Amino acid sequence: MTRTNYSRRGVLKTGGLTATGLAMPTIFTASSASAFTNEPTGSSVKFGFNVPQTGPYAEEGLDELRAQELAVEHLNGIGDGGMLNTFSSKALDGTGILGKQVEFVTGDTQTKSDVARASAQSMIQKDGCIMINGGSSSGVAIAVQGLCQEAGVIFMAGLTHSNDTTGKDRKRNGFRHFFNGYMSGAALGPVLQGAYGTERRAYHLTADYTWGWTQQESIQAVTEAMGWETVQNVLTPVGAGDFSSYIAPVLNSGADVLILNHYGGDMVNSLTQAVQFGLKDKEVNGKNFEIIVPLYSELMAAGAGSNIQGVYGSMNWNWQLPDAGTAAFVRSFGEKYGFPPSGAAHTCYVQTLLYADAVTRAGSFNPCAVVEALEGFEFDGMGNGPVLYRAEDHQCFKDVLVMKGTENPTNQYDTLEIVEVTPRAQVEYAEDHPMFAGGDLGECNPGA
Amino acid sequence: MLGLNSKDFTLFLVVVVLVIAAPILLNPFPSDSAFAQFNAGYPALMQRFVIFGILVIGFNILFGLTGYLSFGHAAFLGVGSFAAVWMFKLLSYNIVPAVLLSVIVAGLFSVVIGYVSLRRSGIYFSILTLAFAQMMYAIAYSDLLGKFFGGIVTNGETGLQVYNDDPQILMSPGDPTVPHLFGWEMNSSFTWDVGGWSFVFQNGYYLSGILMLASFYLAIRIFRSPFGLMLRAIKSNQNRLAYTGVSSRPYALAAFVISGMYAGLAGGLLAAMDPLTGAERMFWTASGEIVIMSILGGVGTLIGPILGAGVIKYMENIVSTINDNVVHGWFAFMPDGIENILVTVIHPFIGKGWHLTLGLVFMAVVIFLPGGLVEGGQRLGRLFERRKVEEKPPTATTEPAE
Repeated sequence: MTRTNYSRRGVLKTGGLTATGLAMPTIFTASSASAFTNEPTGSSVKFGFNVPQTGPYAEEGLDELRAQELAVEHLNGIGDGGMLNTFSSKALDGTGILGKQVEFVTGDTQTKSDVARASAQSMIQKDGCIMINGGSSSGVAIAVQGLCQEAGVIFMAGLTHSNDTTGKDRKRNGFRHFFNGYMSGAALGPVLQGAYGTERRAYHLTADYTWGWTQQESIQAVTEAMGWETVQNVLTPVGAGDFSSYIAPVLNSGADVLILNHYGGDMVNSLTQAVQFGLKDKEVNGKNFEIIVPLYSELMAAGAGSNIQGVYGSMNWNWQLPDAGTAAFVRSFGEKYGFPPSGAAHTCYVQTLLYADAVTRAGSFNPCAVVEALEGFEFDGMGNGPVLYRAEDHQCFKDVLVMKGTENPTNQYDTLEIVEVTPRAQVEYAEDHPMFAGGDLGECNPGA
Repeated sequence: MLGLNSKDFTLFLVVVVLVIAAPILLNPFPSDSAFAQFNAGYPALMQRFVIFGILVIGFNILFGLTGYLSFGHAAFLGVGSFAAVWMFKLLSYNIVPAVLLSVIVAGLFSVVIGYVSLRRSGIYFSILTLAFAQMMYAIAYSDLLGKFFGGIVTNGETGLQVYNDDPQILMSPGDPTVPHLFGWEMNSSFTWDVGGWSFVFQNGYYLSGILMLASFYLAIRIFRSPFGLMLRAIKSNQNRLAYTGVSSRPYALAAFVISGMYAGLAGGLLAAMDPLTGAERMFWTASGEIVIMSILGGVGTLIGPILGAGVIKYMENIVSTINDNVVHGWFAFMPDGIENILVTVIHPFIGKGWHLTLGLVFMAVVIFLPGGLVEGGQRLGRLFERRKVEEKPPTATTEPAE
């Protein structure tokens, strides 16, 4: 048993201490004087590059980081200027942004939403970043986009392909240059019909998160519209490593097409294992068994090696495109790093330049001014032909590439060939399309 | 004081001072100096320090006192977070119902899991808790509940967040659209600029801090109570306890539920500071991290686990953001050749290599300081107080055998 003696002095002391403790925070509720979050006051402005450096999407993340560093160099006038020379808007002149030098900090999202948000918070609160760029996973991108909306900074999404990023999770402070699942489906459909006919039975393996779900939904809608039958859709965890237990059932399912809605290291593993199971050499229903990877990247193609030969997929951009913007970017990137950039690198590079350009055109770093400058912005010379940043959902509209694994590669970077450049009109959709409905941009938030 | 003996009271006072002054103490370097990289005094990280502090204080009541090593504590954290976010979605952004429900829900889960798992001890108990936690993780990750009931319960890998069109039935038009305590917004802060420093005092941090202090106080009282003594008895020899006619299971279960509720509180607070949650919070590596925090700091000591939590969160958030450019900045004064060599040597330990650094620190602690960081502190203390100790006559009290 404990016995307590309350002395008058003791009670007063404790009471006073507790009261001070409780009152402590309430004295400090005044807001600061700046007009918006992290208003740059010195001679420099800071960007936050928040990419996965570990986890299943690490390869993509590290390539994004390379491109982001290159973009900062070009903005500060170091190097040959890359796409600044071909960009249709001439506001940027290689002297930083509005006379301020660009600096950056990096963070590791580990492909986990919690970690990504912690890292983005550190960039905003500790380093004073005015813009966050990155995210190599739609789950992470959506989580960080929400955070940036609350904190009052701009989020320039990097590699995120889920319909939800600019669909039901769209935010006023967030922008996406990359294409999405719907566009992949719309572009792939006609090509698949031409190559494999209208009587096919498809089996889906799908990464179990927002990107996988919407990607699968999009491609299923397109393939069913042209007469294909969907045998089954199996959800697999991200970063599973071993997919053999998911692939074995495909053999006896009666399906003659396997659609791998996987990305990054997962796709490399699942495709390699599917090929090891002999799926590509199989014949079902009197037809050759085919594998389709709706979203491709060079890094995955390199990882999967010869397994991707003849496999169809789609891309946002590829370094083999013939236009001047692509050539300029591939040259700068190649000179600095010694190999061609991936699609993920391209989108992060372009997003960084687009942000800088929007700030310059708006004449202010205020997020609301930047939002206004980017909404409905039309540009060209960034490797994708004429592009529109749609005001209603902050999604970029541009041509989509349909790719195929090269059958007879001539060198180690010759992994994918461009089958078709699907024109922008074919992949456009209304902003309230059922697959994108339920979103609300909300108001722009400058913070502070 | 406050029902604590003088030593505990001093410790408690020290912790109170540390929590109140953390925004200043953790920001020792001016914002524009090269070492600002090492500052930890920004709200998001300080919140994590105190919230994970609450989590490990609770974990320590179970592991430190009864010796039952739970390998699934992150599940309670996750359950708490989900409960809190659902309260934000259904009621309003006021954190009171959210945090209360998260504690209650975590408590209920721990009653069920504890009741089953505590039928075994040692490694079997650990494996059972791990299995339960992984089951709950799998259910949350694939949103099996949502598929069963139709709709969304945990929203899988994407994570649960609040949307503009959620019901929020208690929300009136003028209410803040961020988590708040009766209008007192969690993320609003006051910045104090002095010289080159800028100190940020944030509401959310102080609320978490106060709850952490309350949890810490409660933990000290439990440690020093007859109930705490009974828990220690379970750790020292459960059979002997049974032979003396005491049923130990209710005590162990009580300790399990208390620590589960602590975890729920931490989970609720995490959601209150940042209204989004995902299944990865419940993954077994998250549970393992809690165990590592306790061991790193010093199991069974009052302050140790909190220190451990601080060290791990610091490494995760600070060391992982150091990149090659930053290191080049530090060594810029050296000749190019040496600079590049130093950067190459340091490269594997920073940025994405922070796990490696953490592993080395953990190994060093386990090998050289088996009692954790607290033992390190005690050894340092003894180093400076040796003369004083020698002058004292040997104490007459005898330590009870473990």
